[in-house]
Amino acid sequence: MINLTINGKPLTVPEGTTILEAARSAGIAIPTLCYLEGRPPLGACRVCLVEVEGARTLMASCSTPVAENMIVRTHSARARAARRRVVELLLSEHDGNCPTCDRNRTCELRALADSLGIERLPFEGSKARRRVDSSTPALVRDNAKCIKCRRCVAVCSEVQSVGALFPQNRGFDTLIGPAFTQDLEGVACVQCGQCAAVCPVGAIVEKSHVEAVWKALETPGQVVVIQTAPAIRASLGEEFGLPPGSRVTGKMTAALRRLGFHGVFDTNFTADLTILEEGTELLGRLRRTLVDGAKGLLPMFTSCSPGWINFAEYYYPQFLPNISTCKSPQQMFGAIAKTYWASKIGKSPQQITVVSVMPCTAKKFEAQRPEMTASGVPDVDFVLTTRELARMIRESGVDFLSLPEEEMDVPLGISSGAADIFANTGGVMEAALRTVYEIVTGRELPFEKLHVTPIVGLAGIKEASLSIRNVKPEWSFLEGVELKIAVSHGLGNTRRLLEHLKNNGSPYHFIEIMTCPGGCIGGGGQPRFTNDEVRTRRIAAIYAEDEGKPIRKSHENPAVQQIYREYLGKPNSETAHRLLHTHYHPKQP
Amino acid sequence: MPKSLDSFAPCACCDRPLTEEEMVTRCHEIVQEYKDKPGGLIPALQMAQSLFGYLPKPVVKAIADGFGKSYSEVSGVVSFYSFFSTRPRGKFLIRVCLGTACYVRGGKDVLEALKKKLGVEVGETTPDRNFTLDVGRCFGACGMAPVVMINDTVHQRVKPGRIGELLTRVLTGENPTAERERA
Repeated sequence: MINLTINGKPLTVPEGTTILEAARSAGIAIPTLCYLEGRPPLGACRVCLVEVEGARTLMASCSTPVAENMIVRTHSARARAARRRVVELLLSEHDGNCPTCDRNRTCELRALADSLGIERLPFEGSKARRRVDSSTPALVRDNAKCIKCRRCVAVCSEVQSVGALFPQNRGFDTLIGPAFTQDLEGVACVQCGQCAAVCPVGAIVEKSHVEAVWKALETPGQVVVIQTAPAIRASLGEEFGLPPGSRVTGKMTAALRRLGFHGVFDTNFTADLTILEEGTELLGRLRRTLVDGAKGLLPMFTSCSPGWINFAEYYYPQFLPNISTCKSPQQMFGAIAKTYWASKIGKSPQQITVVSVMPCTAKKFEAQRPEMTASGVPDVDFVLTTRELARMIRESGVDFLSLPEEEMDVPLGISSGAADIFANTGGVMEAALRTVYEIVTGRELPFEKLHVTPIVGLAGIKEASLSIRNVKPEWSFLEGVELKIAVSHGLGNTRRLLEHLKNNGSPYHFIEIMTCPGGCIGGGGQPRFTNDEVRTRRIAAIYAEDEGKPIRKSHENPAVQQIYREYLGKPNSETAHRLLHTHYHPKQP
Repeated sequence: MPKSLDSFAPCACCDRPLTEEEMVTRCHEIVQEYKDKPGGLIPALQMAQSLFGYLPKPVVKAIADGFGKSYSEVSGVVSFYSFFSTRPRGKFLIRVCLGTACYVRGGKDVLEALKKKLGVEVGETTPDRNFTLDVGRCFGACGMAPVVMINDTVHQRVKPGRIGELLTRVLTGENPTAERERA
């Protein structure tokens, strides 16, 4: 342990702690624009400069480890002056059109300028060159707003192992972006939006669908319905000042009605449907492998996360045959709304507009994939992130916090608790096991509160095995099988897992992959700023939502049972395949 | 060390420049040689540039793939160092120093004279592919400012009015160190 003094306060912290971390642990806030929890310090922004007694210069507290008897002053006149100067210099080349910036309310640079008391800009100099890149369906980048903090670089290369964004050129000409400063569509970006989630300013944001959704809502005769992903109900409240982990399902439903949507539905409904389709597919793959001796069908990977699909198509085409053919719940919802539900209300697919609210930017990409037109038109028309929905609610004048709790519409708003947990890492796997285990054995999944504890939590790669005994006669081929499962979230973890499988073969039968750290609750479209504490709280909210549901298993969802009776026949039927399943292709940028 | 720019021979039997496809094929050998060496990326890029004269994008991509690094990361390295070029270069690379010492002793005038004489801007190559004009930020020869580096040779106390003579000497292969001796 190391003893030091920060602002006159004696502290004892473990060796290797940085000054920044030590100060934070003592409740002293040192501002920074480049620090990222859990990543090696970048030392790029120079905002965290502090005075260390005996040191010739001010030290970057994010990258300076504490030393015995160190005396640190974080907010001395010298440190404050230097910090102000650093921010003034950043502002001198920053495109400061704050009122029209997407990050107007949430810009870290703007908040910092305020807290440092910067009242005028003393430096006039060249501005960064504006080059707006809107080449992808999900993201918009604006180099003129970039302050070159390199958080996006760290998250893209280290956390996600994608490496689409790197500093190009040098000095004042430095641009953070794809190879040779080309547009994002020219490199293998999976469009997960983690860069947009960590950007301190408005340099990377989602491509907004807000105006298009308003226009659809104002089109006479058009039936506009909305589906909300399970992760939204555990995070939307943060946009209105509630603490992370607040559950706002009822208020969100009420807000969506006030916005004028004609049907307020739930992606949870098709999450339940996904479990029936994907669980049946898994059992089919197991049967063909164990009974018919087929090769290469296992492990089966989940397919809900469109960033993961992009990742596999770019980097691991050899695993594409192993990815479940099930569309994601978002796309299943679009296909069902524009066929089954359309016929129920006597409308054509063209007369229905399907809007999604997703914690995700890659969902914007997914919605425009050419395969996603089972109804004859794009099954999902527009995708809003959690942040975009919050903006629409603010724009509409609805006072979110004083809204009553309302229920979603039937039938596409009915769901089980198993659908809620699609929002977090381990959840899709647990939801699938709740159904598959019960189909095969006739008994409930043998875990307390139905939670598969080894795959709960934020560990990067998790695994478990489930012993299958005393099966029903028709599943006799599974008697005594140890079902081996793995769960990975974050594409860096996923790459490590896939490399291991590539080199050593797979002991697993079923693998869940989620693109973003923590799963969808940590998605690229979620309220900023998401760190592990926020992830943990959102996950706790999701499990509470699940445990509060009268129905906890997808196969017990009465609306799902009804759609099979009325329309789809049985899981993996021909109709189900046409509407609910897809295929994948290797691709190059 | 990579061979100097003067000696690059795109093809053993003729003067035909390599196509980008041929360059990519050759990259695989370069990658094999360097990919397991620590810090092997920059030497590999130097080797590729010395063989091909420049680093076209497909070469950068092939080297990135070979090293298991992202295309954007390797392009970031290439664009960071001014010694790397992604455009074809002339037989002679002229780099005018604009470091502080050379700048105050007339480096800028030398650059203007070269631009005028060659009819190209910074970063461009003459149509006869003889000269590429570039700038540098200090070659460590401040005592001899202003300096111009042509391929591997530093020419000192260069005078804008005598740029033509310098270029002629370089082209005709006359003792490239003449300028240094004269000083």
